[in-house]
Amino acid sequence: MLDLQGYGPSILEGAVLTVEAALAGLGLSILFGLSGALAKLSSALPLRLLAGAYTTLIRGVPDLVLMLLVFFGGQMLVNDLVARMGWDHVDVGPFTAGVLTLGFVYGAYMAETFRGAILAVPAGQLEAARAFGMSPFLVFRRILLPQMLRHALPGFGNNWLVLLKATALLSVIGLDDMVRKAALAAGATRQPFTFYFAVALVFLALTTVSTLLLALAERRVRRGEARPA
Amino acid sequence: MIDLALVLDNLPLYLRGTWTTLWLTFASLALGLVLAVPLGLARTSRNPLINGPVWAYTYFFRGTPLLVQLFMIYYGAAQFVWVRESVFWPLLSQAWFCALLAFTLNTAAYTAEIVRGAVQATPRGEIEAARALGMSRALVLRRIVLPSAFRRALPAYGNEMVFMLHGSAVASTVTIVDLTGAARIVNSRYYSPYEAFLTAAVFYLVLTFLIVGLVKLLERRWYAHLRPRPG
Repeated sequence: MLDLQGYGPSILEGAVLTVEAALAGLGLSILFGLSGALAKLSSALPLRLLAGAYTTLIRGVPDLVLMLLVFFGGQMLVNDLVARMGWDHVDVGPFTAGVLTLGFVYGAYMAETFRGAILAVPAGQLEAARAFGMSPFLVFRRILLPQMLRHALPGFGNNWLVLLKATALLSVIGLDDMVRKAALAAGATRQPFTFYFAVALVFLALTTVSTLLLALAERRVRRGEARPA
Repeated sequence: MIDLALVLDNLPLYLRGTWTTLWLTFASLALGLVLAVPLGLARTSRNPLINGPVWAYTYFFRGTPLLVQLFMIYYGAAQFVWVRESVFWPLLSQAWFCALLAFTLNTAAYTAEIVRGAVQATPRGEIEAARALGMSRALVLRRIVLPSAFRRALPAYGNEMVFMLHGSAVASTVTIVDLTGAARIVNSRYYSPYEAFLTAAVFYLVLTFLIVGLVKLLERRWYAHLRPRPG
């Protein structure tokens, strides 16, 4: 089959970094997504405008361009700040810049998903919970979150799959992920197809496992729904 | 803070990049669509010999990153002697052709699944009625199934067009000076990331809005019969 000529462990090491970056990006994108969704549904006009601009602008620009902007521009911003504070040089590594961008970009997609899911929860239930004297946070935790999960999961799963594949772009800003490891191995062995194909197979395995887990999760969050007779 | 003079000086570079981005995107979309219709129909077949290979193709191209697909073709093709000695080598050794090939195969895979979904959603009664009227299978496909499937597929296909526009930014990683490539040149030449990448972002934003607007126009036309009639 695929002869990786001893570069297998190095590719796997890169794969671990890829998964770490993707999961960190996912965590951040959930935070951005929830804040964005709540802001979009808020009664305060400035918040709505801000969230609207966020989701529209970010979704209109390629993730690679935003990644390059954060990587190069972010470093410049940090350099300026650090110089003004009189501190030593601080390096924004590709991992930090990459994860921040993934979280920020896919947060915009998550915000749209979550907004729809929140709207799918009957408003009367939220009003009832408020009328019982629950604090806004308690309403969120007890009423909104458990019910919106069900509606958010399909879109959430799609966003995760896109985010996972976008992690490959981090190699462009110099992260030592599996695409870069493959490039190094390809250069040393002169067998680029073999190594990029191996990387493709690892991504395929990751997306396959994700799809299976998402299907399981979907079954679980739908367990309360009536089955068609 | 933003140096507008720098942006204006490099405007010709950005415009050339925009042109490259546009033709790469729309050529891939057009070729991909031509491939996707038969592939999507093959996916609706109950014959595993027809359905299976197409399923494997779409599964691979939708489950792996576009960047890796591009690298497999651009860097990978040279690994095989028979490719280097074939008549296609003059094409495969050029970055623009590899990008066009990778993008076409990628969008064809996504679009094939959109077509499959839209075709499978055709109401059974429409097909039965057409068959009962004596239409051949090919005629049913041409007159009944495909026109309504295209209509159903339009919103999802609009998203795919935007994804392809944004995905085409990876062309800049294989020496192509598209819109992103232009921004990377400006950034490395002047070390001014804000001007370089924000300008590209604005260009992409405009292109995205244009595509979205185009799809909206098409929707108005294709869904004219669904609009509520005035008074």
